[in-house]
Amino acid sequence: MRAADAVFEALKAEGVNHVFGIPGGANLPVYDALHDAELDHIQVRHEQGAGHAAEGYAKATGKVGVAFATSGPGATNLVTPIADAMMDSVPTVFITGQVRTDLIGTDGFQEADVTGITMPIVKHSFLVTDPRQIPEYIHAAFHIASTGRPGPVLVDIPQDLVRADVDYEPPTGTPDLPGYKPPLEGNIKQIRLAAKALANARRPVIYGGGGIIHANASEEFREFCTADNFPVTLTLMGLGAFPAPHEQWLGMLGMHGTRTANYAMDEADLIVAVGARFDDRITGKLSEFAPRAKFVHIDVDPAEIGKNVPAHIPIVGDAKDVLAKLNREYRALKADSSRLDDWWKRIREWQTTYPLRYEDTNDSEIKPQFMIEAMYEATGGDAIIASDVGQHQMWAAQYYHFSKPRRWLNSGGLGTMGFGLPAAIGAKVGCPDETVVALCGDGSLIMTAQEMATAAHHDIPVKIFLMNNGHFGMVRQWQELFWDGRYTAVEMGPSPNWPKLAEAFGWKGFQCTDKTELRDAMAATLEADGPALLDVHVTKDENCFPMIPAGNAARDMVG
Amino acid sequence: MGEPGTSELVKLEDLEASRTLTGRKHILSLMVENKPGVLARIAGLFSRRGFNIDTLAVGPTEDPNISRITLTLDGAVHPIDQVTKQLHKLVNVIKIRDMEPDQTVAREMALFRVNAAVENRQEIMQFAEIFDAKIVDVSRRSLTIEVTGTADKIDSFENMIRPHGLIEMARTGEVAISKARPDN
Ligand SMILES: Cc1cc2nc3c(=O)[nH]c(=O)nc-3n(C[C@H](O)[C@H](O)[C@H](O)COP(=O)(O)OP(=O)(O)OC[C@H]3O[C@@H](n4cnc5c(N)ncnc54)[C@H](O)[C@@H]3O)c2cc1C
Ligand SMILES: Cc1ncc(C[n+]2csc(CCOP(=O)(O)OP(=O)(O)O)c2C)c(N)n1
Repeated sequence: MRAADAVFEALKAEGVNHVFGIPGGANLPVYDALHDAELDHIQVRHEQGAGHAAEGYAKATGKVGVAFATSGPGATNLVTPIADAMMDSVPTVFITGQVRTDLIGTDGFQEADVTGITMPIVKHSFLVTDPRQIPEYIHAAFHIASTGRPGPVLVDIPQDLVRADVDYEPPTGTPDLPGYKPPLEGNIKQIRLAAKALANARRPVIYGGGGIIHANASEEFREFCTADNFPVTLTLMGLGAFPAPHEQWLGMLGMHGTRTANYAMDEADLIVAVGARFDDRITGKLSEFAPRAKFVHIDVDPAEIGKNVPAHIPIVGDAKDVLAKLNREYRALKADSSRLDDWWKRIREWQTTYPLRYEDTNDSEIKPQFMIEAMYEATGGDAIIASDVGQHQMWAAQYYHFSKPRRWLNSGGLGTMGFGLPAAIGAKVGCPDETVVALCGDGSLIMTAQEMATAAHHDIPVKIFLMNNGHFGMVRQWQELFWDGRYTAVEMGPSPNWPKLAEAFGWKGFQCTDKTELRDAMAATLEADGPALLDVHVTKDENCFPMIPAGNAARDMVG
Repeated sequence: MGEPGTSELVKLEDLEASRTLTGRKHILSLMVENKPGVLARIAGLFSRRGFNIDTLAVGPTEDPNISRITLTLDGAVHPIDQVTKQLHKLVNVIKIRDMEPDQTVAREMALFRVNAAVENRQEIMQFAEIFDAKIVDVSRRSLTIEVTGTADKIDSFENMIRPHGLIEMARTGEVAISKARPDN
């Protein structure tokens, strides 16, 4: 068969039902083969949209997300989502067209060295040099993208090779990759040691992250955390891995986390990190981070252990396996829970003194935090929320109490504005029965607003809740707090008429400027047939608090 | 730390994290798949993570599918453990060995072109002899000398020869293999 047809045989064997992409010269043969292939292709309006949609699909379903692009500008448009998927460990496969092999290296039309450009931002990449490699590399790409620490894999296929004749044999067993052996099981001795250390800890904190979600280990995580009365906090990427409304829940930690979670880290004697990578948004000033704590660090990527913070008990392995064993080992010790009573007394004090709070208005003005609370109610707290980047993202993390994994899709590591809408589209494609809301900032949405056309074209009924503050709010906040209020390039000026813009794309458009009407407006938007946008005008200069100013320590939280 | 929660004692204060900086030179020996782009991936990783390579040598091994890359790095500056873990994440890197200094044979080759006027020619040739070096090219005004040995030996030779007018120097970087066990 044509190698292009083998591409789809390989995708079928990998269980792929949906791909996101845009055709062009170099991947024309692939698109020709798509004509007869049995999968849904979602024709996005910009390759960045394809990439983020693939990410949203992957984050919501746990399956590998797939995007296609042509050579040159098509492929370079994928750079941002590839980098995003790398930072957030999202299992994705990007299949790009490349110019003919005889043109490679000659600055041929639409030639760009994508494998070179993306080398630092992929988990791995393949440049096909022989048509027989095509199915082999695609299978290897799926294996690498989805195992160990997940991540993006690129397969770059020259246009002439994909037209060649090849035989397709479905793979038997895992691909032959002598240098790739992701660890799975944690060392039992280390796990036992960790259990004993925990049993002797007086002020433990369990600090969980995105790795729990990647490992589908939320159940095991909850079991372990409740094996004793352990205080639990999660990173932005881990939200949903532990049910938020819970006695043991301290809230998110880090720069915009709760005071309670950050103070608990500060005073802890033992911190158990699970699938979390001690990002600087967590540690702040490294030398003053959790100064009294010893660390148990559980991660599938050995390089994360000891990278930023020393690990006293390193455990390399898949969180699902390690947590199950740790839970068993810990329970067997029958530790005395009452040793944690003093610790909880201290924690409860913080919780009472420093709850998350904001000053609501007495008039019709909509506070952004109020908008998130209304969104929580309107969706029953159970929607998939795909967020853009900025203040709205942080407020959602604080006030939308995620209680299940894979409901909170956002760009944490790269912080990519414009992620929300395409990610929501991908999530809705993957989870058609779920309510999917893109929570957007007015600065972010316009970066990928063209994807409204995609949703209309393919009947993908996502909803946009636009938090419209007329600013690049997060940057405005930094300029206010740390740059003496010298506002530069943060005001959005004449913003588009969003409901009309939505209507122009074939969406329903709604607007709300009055607090008393917000709940109804949200309900109407959610109930509307097809995709719909709700433009919510919120307070223009609200700041997101509390906050640890960048490079400071937990004790220096402000607001 | 007062009363423990169980009778199984693990004192938190006794737990120690492993040191990150070793303070000595390390020779890393990497077995990598002989595929296009592998060296670029390794070089890219080093520049991205801010690791400095002191020397790098690449060549074939007894297996045509596998190349060996020998790197030297300063363990006083870089956490070697983090370097090897990052290298391990490259899919084409099959095996990494952080060579134990006393169980390793390491050698480097260097070529020196030195000013050698009639007056000091004799002296330079004596140095060469002491260092077991070979004169591989001779001209009226210069000598080209090949030295093989440990990096230290080559450093010493360079120090000896420099005052005579070192015109040019090329070093390969060390290559290394483990010593055979006595019973092998
Ligand atoms: C505006 C803005 C503000 C932010 N503020 C905050 C903040 O206040 N608080 C906060 O927490 N974050 C914040 N972030 C996000 C932050 O930048 C990081 O993205 C985030 O903290 C990283 O989360 P994580 O440690 O859970 O790691 P992730 O990036 O989710 O990484 C997952 C980790 O789990 C490991 N892993 C993967 N799979 C497995 C497995 N199967 N088993 C075991 N381990 C596995 C990986 O190796 C990796 O180490 C902010 C981002 C933005 C854009
Ligand atoms: C692509 C990209 N460009 C720039 C930034 C820097 N940045 C971070 S937050 C932000 C403002 C976001 O504004 P908006 O989407 O309106 O959200 P708000 O903070 O107002 O809620 C900017 C410009 C970024 N994160 N991503």
